[in-house]
Amino acid sequence: MIALTDYLMLGVILFCIGMAGIFLNRKNVITMLMSIELILLSVNFNFIAFSRFLNDSVGQVFVFFILTVAAAESAIGLAILVVLFRQRRTINVTDFNTLKG
Amino acid sequence: MGFEKYMFYLFSCTLIFSAVRVITARNSVHAVLFLVLTFFTSAALWLLIEAEFLAITMVLVYVGAVMVLFLFVVMMLDINVITRGGLIKYLPVGSAVATVIVIEMMLVVTGSGYFNSAKYRFIPHTTDYSNAEELGSILYTFYVYPFEIASIILLVAIIAAISLTLRRRLDTKSQNLNQQIQFSKSNRVQLIKLAAEREPS
Repeated sequence: MIALTDYLMLGVILFCIGMAGIFLNRKNVITMLMSIELILLSVNFNFIAFSRFLNDSVGQVFVFFILTVAAAESAIGLAILVVLFRQRRTINVTDFNTLKG
Repeated sequence: MGFEKYMFYLFSCTLIFSAVRVITARNSVHAVLFLVLTFFTSAALWLLIEAEFLAITMVLVYVGAVMVLFLFVVMMLDINVITRGGLIKYLPVGSAVATVIVIEMMLVVTGSGYFNSAKYRFIPHTTDYSNAEELGSILYTFYVYPFEIASIILLVAIIAAISLTLRRRLDTKSQNLNQQIQFSKSNRVQLIKLAAEREPS
């Protein structure tokens, strides 16, 4: 039988991988977006696990909304990335220093 | 330890391996493909605890649409090798912070035994249970307004993505519909009275 703690630990490990991805890939916007997706996935794991183990389906409805918002976020993020690439011919974060004084 | 437990550990190992590869892959296309594997494996894990609707949604919407969008953008930008500055520099701090968080949460989650109490009990559904039906009956009754707000968020995302990336080219010829509609007969047609060339017989 799978315990609730197994799913919670899986969510924690996924969250930490996503967070470490943002730390480590400071120059790559695409990897940062994918790390955010990993973090949202870990949140979904917690919601679903608690929803099933507390026998309350509302948690799964919340996962549905999180999926919606994550899809919208990644679509807009990628659109911004495409515009940036058209303007600057690079997606290196350290090259985006126009606002630097 | 039953069959489910073995499957859980198999899927978990795949999930963690592919998630690590997502953040360490040198090639962005490989990273996106490993992210696809991550999402697919998590859908399988959700199936294991009988969240069928969300598992199918994950595969259809995420793997089918969002990840294809990611892949499309990565291939369109045509970045062969990403400069990976800072990986070595931030590796000790990043991995140390992540490890500390995992250990702390392990102490909290598994140490206390609170989450193993009788309050959190997995009750398998019967065979005539429909997960989609139950979610639908909740979503369309108690959560109608959040559902509509979610649709507005998607609409905003569509409009934002299109208006950001729409490029107006100057060298292409196109119709100006507004001008076309507003023309009337008097703008275009000019009637001229001509004298007859020869006498009617």
